[in-house]
Amino acid sequence: MRLLSLTVALVLAVALRGAADDSMQFRGPRGLGVSTEKDLPVEWSDTVGLRWKAALPGRGLSNPVIAQGRVYVTACSGFEQRRLHVLCFDVKTGKLLWDRQFAATGTTVCHPKTNMAAPSPLTDGRSVVALFATGDLVCLDRDGDLVWYRSLVGDYPTVGNNVGMASSPVLVGKTVVVCLENVGESFVAGIDLATGENRWRHERPRGINWVTPVLFDRDGRTQVVVQGPRDLTAFDPVSGKRLWSTEGSFATMASATAGDGMIFAPGGKFTAYRPDKDTVQLLWQNPKLATGYCSPVYYQGLVYTVSAAGVVNCAEPGTGKVLWTERLDGNYAASPLAADGKLYVLSEKGLTTVLQASGEAKVLATNQIDDTFLASPVAADGAIFLRSDKFLYCIGR
Amino acid sequence: MARWCVVALGFGLTVVPAVRSAEPGPLLATIKAVGREGRGNAAAAQAWRELVKHGPKVLPDVLAAMDDASPAAANWLRAAVEAIADRALAAKQLPAESLEAFVKDTRHAGPPRRLAFEWLVKAEPTARLRLLAGMLDDPGSELRREAVELELRKAEALFVSKDAAALPMYQKLLGHARDYDQVQLIAGRLDKLGHPMDLTAHLGFITRWAVIGPFDNRQGRGFHTVYPPERGIDLHAEYEGKDGAKLRWGEATAETPTATADLKRHGRVDFNDIVGEQKGATMYAFAAVVSHSERPVEVRVGSNNAVRFWLNGREIFFREEYHHGVQIDQHVGKGTLKAGRNEILIKVCQNEQTEDWARQWSFQLRVCDALGGAVPLTVVTPKLPPAKRS
Repeated sequence: MRLLSLTVALVLAVALRGAADDSMQFRGPRGLGVSTEKDLPVEWSDTVGLRWKAALPGRGLSNPVIAQGRVYVTACSGFEQRRLHVLCFDVKTGKLLWDRQFAATGTTVCHPKTNMAAPSPLTDGRSVVALFATGDLVCLDRDGDLVWYRSLVGDYPTVGNNVGMASSPVLVGKTVVVCLENVGESFVAGIDLATGENRWRHERPRGINWVTPVLFDRDGRTQVVVQGPRDLTAFDPVSGKRLWSTEGSFATMASATAGDGMIFAPGGKFTAYRPDKDTVQLLWQNPKLATGYCSPVYYQGLVYTVSAAGVVNCAEPGTGKVLWTERLDGNYAASPLAADGKLYVLSEKGLTTVLQASGEAKVLATNQIDDTFLASPVAADGAIFLRSDKFLYCIGR
Repeated sequence: MARWCVVALGFGLTVVPAVRSAEPGPLLATIKAVGREGRGNAAAAQAWRELVKHGPKVLPDVLAAMDDASPAAANWLRAAVEAIADRALAAKQLPAESLEAFVKDTRHAGPPRRLAFEWLVKAEPTARLRLLAGMLDDPGSELRREAVELELRKAEALFVSKDAAALPMYQKLLGHARDYDQVQLIAGRLDKLGHPMDLTAHLGFITRWAVIGPFDNRQGRGFHTVYPPERGIDLHAEYEGKDGAKLRWGEATAETPTATADLKRHGRVDFNDIVGEQKGATMYAFAAVVSHSERPVEVRVGSNNAVRFWLNGREIFFREEYHHGVQIDQHVGKGTLKAGRNEILIKVCQNEQTEDWARQWSFQLRVCDALGGAVPLTVVTPKLPPAKRS
């Protein structure tokens, strides 16, 4: 009987882990802005091609994360954005399944472009972890029951800044890694997904940094790479051991991406690195690859960047040579999504340009939804999810 | 006797003392005991699940437990209320009567009363207007805000239709509104209706200050340096300031713009106007105020500069942050006013950034109750020669 129970539990556990292609965190699976979804929509408008559209209770820069038929997203509302929401929708219908709300425990002062729901949540299919710019960190199960909660401002009272924080948590195994670089106590910490307790914590330089750590695989192990204004430093997610570090001048808004043993770090000079065991080889630098707010994407052997003014560049990963440049209309805050052989680039005013992901520039479609979009698009369940200031759009059949 | 159990959370295993209770009290106590850096989380999580199993009958207990909970524990309890209420609502078992009783009981804190109100309204939508009608003076900020908002909409409709009834309605609402956005809306309407008011005073900004400086803040060191004003106020003293300058206290008057002006300008003291543009410099501003009674207060400050401030010699807030924006009530320090004379001191540091947008060197300060309403005070700072350079 015990063996049967154990077997059932294991089967359930595996089933609940989430399919490999489920969106997991900031910019989707592993935070890379890449999805293996197929047959994604290419053309749509605010009246055509929508599976559903759901109203949100407030603003957010966070992208939705999708797993096991559920779409999770955060928002903030109320006077001074003091109410924090974690919402769950049905992926097929857009029906709101639950809305759990928390009171902000940290400052809600920020630049008007951002808000308290700037960091994206993450999910492993079983639970959802949401960090807010107020330093409130929440873990709920898929039914909206609390697993644990932390007030990081309660723990470290000077955390915060008057511009707003935006770095998203990332998940490696059973460790949630948060990086809070701000004018107060600044740190990167590994937090136990099961309990919310600190596994490790390292101080980081004080200063404003909105960048989300990137996951980097080497020798079959995943490293967490933190991009500060002046350093790129890798940590072991379980022990917190500092693995390697390199100095440079890096972006404080766009986050690095990784692939094929390389890390592509935005900054004044967009830089490619190949980390070795203890050293880091600088491969190339190219100041033409401007990123602004938008994190780069590495997809099918090519690097893509999008500037705040809508300049899309495609570059060779080995040399940094720009293969093509496309100038799009509008201003851009969302990071691009690469999936299904295409690059989806979303402007702040809702213009999505669908480009062919290849060494030659080709615009496949332009799709307009009249709304304000600062969150990055993600793909899951055969659909593309766009999050605006007011709505969550599911585009697809 | 505490039993131990293995709790599977996520895919990890955690051993925690088993918390089981037929009564919610021990479970609530376990949840309220959550500590820093996640200490106590595992036990709290187990207690949380046990608590939720008790169902809607424990909602008043959970809500009441929020009254004196830490901000972190209050969010654990809030999540329990929502989980219980959500299930009860789906099963049509939400206890509307006990929720309404809780909402009406103003001995409880504002946030749990508001939470009870929101779930009550989900079960019984008509309760919203019925209850809000009597909440214009509610001690809970969120309930009061919504009650004012309802009446403001009516006033706005009258204003748009040029109905004379708008004026007395705005005048009445001015006495109820506490959130600065609602207050400014009302003040702006009164201005348009020919009844201008002193919004700066209404919001509780102190507008007459004794100021002294500049002291040094090169390389940011001044923020951490205890200069003479922090050791005690002597308005007749002379100190050595930055680069050996002889410093004396002088009087500065804050801005009192029209009601519709940007809220950042109300009560603003601009040090660039007083001592000229400086880099790496520190100024102090002091006010003596009389309160007719002892009372808890919030000292609320807006500044683009690094600030520290003290109430009666006790530092109640500090933040070393420069040029990341300014807004009303940006920084809040909590303290207690004595009956009689009180001293407020603020230190405002300018750094050495050279960008044009880093010129700002100013502050605004108001003294409020917990809702944001001005606390009656009389400024009794002795008269001084003007601080402003000729």
